[in-house]
Amino acid sequence: MERSSRGLMVLTAIAAVMILVSAYLALAGAPDAVGLTEDNTYAQRIIYFHVPSAWLSMLAFGVTMVASIGYLATSKRPWDSFAMSSAELGLIFTFAAAASGAIWAKPAWNVWWTWDPRLTTYTIMFLLFVAYFMLRSAMEDPARRARFSAVYAIFAFLSVPITFMSIRWWRTIHPVLIDPNEGFGLGPGMMTAFFISLASFTLLYIVLVLHRYRLERIREQVDELKEALGY
Amino acid sequence: MSFWKAVTAIIWKDIRAELRTKDIFSSMFVFALLSVIVFNFAFELRVPDMKMVAPGIIWVAVAFSGTLGLNRAFVIEQDKGSLAGLLLAPVDRAAIYFGKMLGNLVFIFIVEIILLPLVMIFFNLSLLTWQHLLVLFLGTYGFAAVGTVFSAMAVNTRAREVMLPILLFPVLLPVLVAGVKMTGSLLDGEALSEAANWLRLVAIYDIGFTVVAYLTFGFVVEE
Repeated sequence: MERSSRGLMVLTAIAAVMILVSAYLALAGAPDAVGLTEDNTYAQRIIYFHVPSAWLSMLAFGVTMVASIGYLATSKRPWDSFAMSSAELGLIFTFAAAASGAIWAKPAWNVWWTWDPRLTTYTIMFLLFVAYFMLRSAMEDPARRARFSAVYAIFAFLSVPITFMSIRWWRTIHPVLIDPNEGFGLGPGMMTAFFISLASFTLLYIVLVLHRYRLERIREQVDELKEALGY
Repeated sequence: MSFWKAVTAIIWKDIRAELRTKDIFSSMFVFALLSVIVFNFAFELRVPDMKMVAPGIIWVAVAFSGTLGLNRAFVIEQDKGSLAGLLLAPVDRAAIYFGKMLGNLVFIFIVEIILLPLVMIFFNLSLLTWQHLLVLFLGTYGFAAVGTVFSAMAVNTRAREVMLPILLFPVLLPVLVAGVKMTGSLLDGEALSEAANWLRLVAIYDIGFTVVAYLTFGFVVEE
């Protein structure tokens, strides 16, 4: 029986504090961007939420793929539970990134949405992992479900960079954060806020995935107990 | 039994079974034709030049009828219990994968070859060049490579055939995009070398996913 470990509680507390710090920095602490209209100056602050969310969704799906490979290699259920927990979080962060992006886009580009390659890839990624969960819900046998979703997660994640590659060969209006010619496009005060934000979101993801994984394991144990009792 | 002998045996089994009834092939072809005609009506009155939408129409028709073909191929295996027979035979799981995949590829490609002249007539385009066929082949290969694994999964779910498009289309998007881009550029009169990036993309996709499918197919068909 897995009790919530001390370590996880401490980690959760640290994550909570860090998120609060980032929120303060993002909304007030970080310096204003230079050379934008007033609306856009406020909107620019979304970078502290939007980019970490996007990064985390990619990380979460990568973790899902690694855990899926782990499951196929070992056939141990915990790997599958971890893969599923991470995929769930990935889905949430993808949605968060897309929604925050749209909120930023309205003042900046004057449209809520555009079929820019990066956004398109994002939508596809979202669909890939919705399909992952649809596959899981359409199967009853746990072992088979785990195997099939593991195989699918591998295909799905590997297709993302290839879809991403299309960006190179399309014109894009999405701001490029890391331009090899100009370096990072952020001022020094903003850099600190940005990296703190990135770190706290990553910690948030780790905490959330561990909690979710723990929940999933408990749920499986309950199911096993139920079966043993004859429900 | 050697690997390639097993593969050819499986391909021949599927082709021979199909030659007897011809139902997969005929439904795929009719469906593709209907898709093309329906799209023609869908766009005709609003699009100044049908050449603009022709690549999209071709690839969508291929995707939809290909999905039909993939579904039926595995459903028949399951219904007749022949998949169990294949698994009991002393052949590498990968041989089953390649046999099924190449069989699917042959069927879809035959449908395309017959569809192309009709599309040419309907839209007044020239499509039977080796460049077009190469593009079509590369895209169809990617479709078959990934689709075979997913259809083996889909037939084992509660939703059966409905699951396949949901699983397949997001993963297949790079191929569809590249296919439409390349066909479009060929129709615009450009040489194939201009679409070199897209060719590279599809080639990477095809090779990469064949490897992944080779590694994971065993997990999908095992009981």
